[in-house]
Amino acid sequence: MSNNDFIPKIVQFCCNWCSYTGADLAGSQRLQYSPYTRIIRVMCTGMIHPNLVIEALTKGADGVLVCGCHIGDCHYIEGNKKMEARVETIRTLLEDFGIEPERFHIEWVSASESQKFVEVVNQFVEKIIQLGPNPLK
Amino acid sequence: MYATKEAIIAKEHQRDLECTIFYIDVRAFGKGYEIYYERAKELGVRYIKSRPSAIFQNPQTKDLILKYISEDGKIVDETFNMVVLSCGLTPSSDVGAMAHMLGIEIDNNGFCKTDTFAPVDTSREGIYACGPFIEPKDIPETVVQASAAASRVQTLLASEKGNLIKKEEYIPEKDVKGKMPRIGVFVCHCGLNIGGVIDSKGLAKYAGTLKDVVFATDRLYTCSEDSITAIISAIKEYDLNRVVVAACTPRTHEPLFRDVLRKAGLNKYLFEFANIRDQCTWVHREEPQFAYEKARDLIRMAVAKARLLEPLNTIELPVEKSVLVLGGGVACMTSALELASQKFNVYLIEKDAQLGGNFRNIRYLIDGSNPQEKLNEIIKKINSNSYIKIFLRHRVDSTSGSLGNFETDIISIDNGKKTRIKHGAIVIATGAKEYKPTEYNYGTHKMIVTQLELEKMLSENIFSSKNVVMIQCVGFRDEKHKYCSRICCTEAIKNALFIKEKYPETNVYILYRDIRTYGFKEKYFTKAREKGVVFIRYSTDKRPTVELQNEKIAIRLEDPMLKMPIEIESDLLTLSTGIEPDPENENLAKLLKLPVSSDGFFLEAHMKLRPVDFASDGIFLCGLAHFPKFTDETISQALAASSRASSILSKGTVTLDAAISQVIDEACDGCAYCIDPCPYKALTLIEYIHKGEIKKTVENDVAKCKGCGVCQATCPKKGIRVNNFRLDQLSAMVDALLQEA
Repeated sequence: MSNNDFIPKIVQFCCNWCSYTGADLAGSQRLQYSPYTRIIRVMCTGMIHPNLVIEALTKGADGVLVCGCHIGDCHYIEGNKKMEARVETIRTLLEDFGIEPERFHIEWVSASESQKFVEVVNQFVEKIIQLGPNPLK
Repeated sequence: MYATKEAIIAKEHQRDLECTIFYIDVRAFGKGYEIYYERAKELGVRYIKSRPSAIFQNPQTKDLILKYISEDGKIVDETFNMVVLSCGLTPSSDVGAMAHMLGIEIDNNGFCKTDTFAPVDTSREGIYACGPFIEPKDIPETVVQASAAASRVQTLLASEKGNLIKKEEYIPEKDVKGKMPRIGVFVCHCGLNIGGVIDSKGLAKYAGTLKDVVFATDRLYTCSEDSITAIISAIKEYDLNRVVVAACTPRTHEPLFRDVLRKAGLNKYLFEFANIRDQCTWVHREEPQFAYEKARDLIRMAVAKARLLEPLNTIELPVEKSVLVLGGGVACMTSALELASQKFNVYLIEKDAQLGGNFRNIRYLIDGSNPQEKLNEIIKKINSNSYIKIFLRHRVDSTSGSLGNFETDIISIDNGKKTRIKHGAIVIATGAKEYKPTEYNYGTHKMIVTQLELEKMLSENIFSSKNVVMIQCVGFRDEKHKYCSRICCTEAIKNALFIKEKYPETNVYILYRDIRTYGFKEKYFTKAREKGVVFIRYSTDKRPTVELQNEKIAIRLEDPMLKMPIEIESDLLTLSTGIEPDPENENLAKLLKLPVSSDGFFLEAHMKLRPVDFASDGIFLCGLAHFPKFTDETISQALAASSRASSILSKGTVTLDAAISQVIDEACDGCAYCIDPCPYKALTLIEYIHKGEIKKTVENDVAKCKGCGVCQATCPKKGIRVNNFRLDQLSAMVDALLQEA
C-alpha cells in the first residue's frame, strides 16, 4: 500500500452556526476523529466562492470539505442552498483541471450532530487517503 | 454526576486507569447528563450499586481494601489504590449568623428559605438569593437562579433604572492603516486541556518564527485576569496591531479578547482566534504528535488571516423596547409579568384558547399545596396588566430582523388574520408535553394510566384501588427518549404519598431503575418508604411484564436482591412517562433559526454558562421548552430569561456586527448578480455620474445586511466582500496551510 505514509492536508470550511458548533460539541464530548482536517470558520457556507474551493485544490490541498447547516436550517435563510447550487459547477471545473471531483465534498451537520461531524470527517479522510495525494501537487 | 465527571476526567489523564463508582442511585437527571452517564459506562467506568461497609489498609502495600456486598449478594473485598469520598453540600457555618443579621429565614435543612412560586425571594422583601445557598444544585441551575435574582432586582429598581450608569471609557483607537502588521500570538495551555496534550510553549516558540509575528508567548489560562493584563501590556510594549489567541473557541471567548484589544486601544476586529482546544487537543488526545502538527497549522493559518485584518467600525441602532413572549404556561406568564413590571411592552402569543399550559393539569404539589389557586392569581394579574397584550389561538408565521429590532408576523389559528409586531427581544416558553406511552398495554385497559391521569383521579376522588403499581422510566432512558425526564420519580412519590395519606390501606409498589429525588426532594423518598411504599428495582435487561387478567393486571419482574421472580396483582397500573418536546418546536426552530438538541428540546448557547441564551442574540429560553423541570425551576428560568431580555431592552441602542458586506466601487461594474441572491434585500443597484459618465454600482444597506456573504460568493469581479471573512483572508488561510511548515 503506497498510501500508508500519506498524510493528507484537508481544508474544511465550517459555518459558524451549525457545523463549527457541532465540531466544538464533539470536542466537549471528547469524541476522537482523524487529525488531518483544518477547519476554516465562515459565517455561512453561502459566502464560499467557488474559486476558493478550486484554488485550494489546484494549489495542492488533498481535499476540501464544506459543512453547513441542514437545508431549511440556515441562519441566513438559505445561504446553504446557494452553496449547494455551486457544487455541480465546482465539480465540473475540477475535472477540467484534472482533479478528481470527489476531492470536494459537501455535507450538512447541525450544531447538535457532533457524532455525525466525526463520521463525516472520518469518512472524507478515508476517501482522500484512498484517492492518494493531490495529482497537481 | 460529579463522581462520574471526575472518573471520566481521571481516565482522560490516564487511559488505563480503572475507576469504580459505588452508588445507591445514579442521579443523571440534568440536560445531557444521562448520555454522559452512558458514555462513562462505555469508557469503562464501573458502577456498583452498593454501599461499602468498611475500608481497610493493606499494611504491606498501603493499598485500600473496600468491603462491600456485590449486586449478586456476595461479600467482596476489593483492593484499590485510592478512595475518593463523594460528599454532599452543607450550608456554611456562618449562614445562621448572616441570616439573622439580614433578617431572612432559614429552612429546616439550614439553607435559605424560599417559596415554589417565588424561588429566589427570601422571606424579607428586597433581599434575593440564588445558588446552593437555597439548595444544593449544579452549575446550570445556579446560573439560572443568579439571573433570576438579577431580574427581581431589576424589577425592584425599575424606576431607578440607569441612574448610576457610568459609560465605560475606552482610550482612542490606534490608527493602524497603512502600518506593517505587528502580530502578537498568545498560546493557551488551558490548564491541562491543551498543555496536557501538546507543548504550548513549543507552539508559542514556533509562532514567534512566523512572518510579522513580533511577540509570541504561552499562558496557563489566557482568559485569566493576569493574562488579560499581560496581553494589554504586550500590545503597548511591542506596538502590536494584530492579536492572535490560540486557545478554546471563538464561540465562547472571542468577545472577551475583542474587548481586551479595545481596552488596549486597538480596534476589536484586529483579532483572530485559533481553535486548538475544542477542535484539536480535545479530539486528538490519543495522537498528540498529530495534534501538535494540526495546532501549528491552525496558528499559522490564523496569523495569515490576522495579517490581512482591518479595523471595522460598528454602527448603532435604537432598540425597540418591547418583547415577544411565546407560550402560555407558567414560564411564559412569569416572564411576561416580570418584564411588564419593568414597564416593557409584552406581546404574549399562545396557541391554545386559554392560558395555563401544562400547569392546568397539576392538581396538587408535593408539599400538599394547591397550585390552581396560584395559577388563577397569575392569570388574573396577566389579564389586568396594561403592558401585556395577549394573543390567544395565535402562532408565529414569520420573523425577520435581529437583536433589538425584530419584526414578527403572528397569525390567528382561527381566521388566518395576520398581525405584525415590532419587538427588541424574544422569550421562548412554548412548553412540552407528557409522553403518551405505547408500552405496557397503555390504552387497552382503563386501569392502566399515566401519572397525570392518576393525579386527576386522586384529585377528583374517583380512586378505589387496593394495589397500585407504578413503573418508572416508561419510554425514557432508552432508545425512544435517551434522556432522564427529571421529574417523574418525584411525581410518582408525590402521588404515592397522596394515596398513602388518604387511602392508607392501599398498597403502592414503585418499580424503578434509579430513584432521582435530588436535593431536598429526598425527604419525600424517605417519607414514602416510612409510609410503606414498596420500592423494587428492575434492570433494563429484565423489565417488568404486564399481563391483563380481566379486571386485574398481573405485573411480573425479578427481585434483583433475591433473584426471585415476583408477581404483583394490581388493580391500577400507573406508568411514569416523562416529558417529551412539543413537535411544534421544530417549526418554530426553523422560523427563528434556532438549534434543537438531538432530544428535540431547544438548545441553549452553553449548557452550563448560558442556560437561557441562544447563540443568536436577543432570543431567550425558559421552561419545559428547554428541558423537563419542576415548577420552582421553571419560574427561576422564566425570571432568568426576563433578566436577559431586560438587559437588552434597557439599553437605548444595540451595536451591530461590523463584519458585513462592503461594496468595492472600483471593482463593481454594476452587473447586479449579487442583488437577487441577497436574502435580506440589503443590496440595491444605483447609478451615479463618475468622470462625466454613468457609473453603475451596488449599494449595501448596513442596517439590513447580516454578513452572510452570499454576495461575495456570487460576484465575478471581487466587487463586494464580507469584512472579516474576505476572500483574500480565507484564501491566505488556505495558502498558509499548504505552505510547508
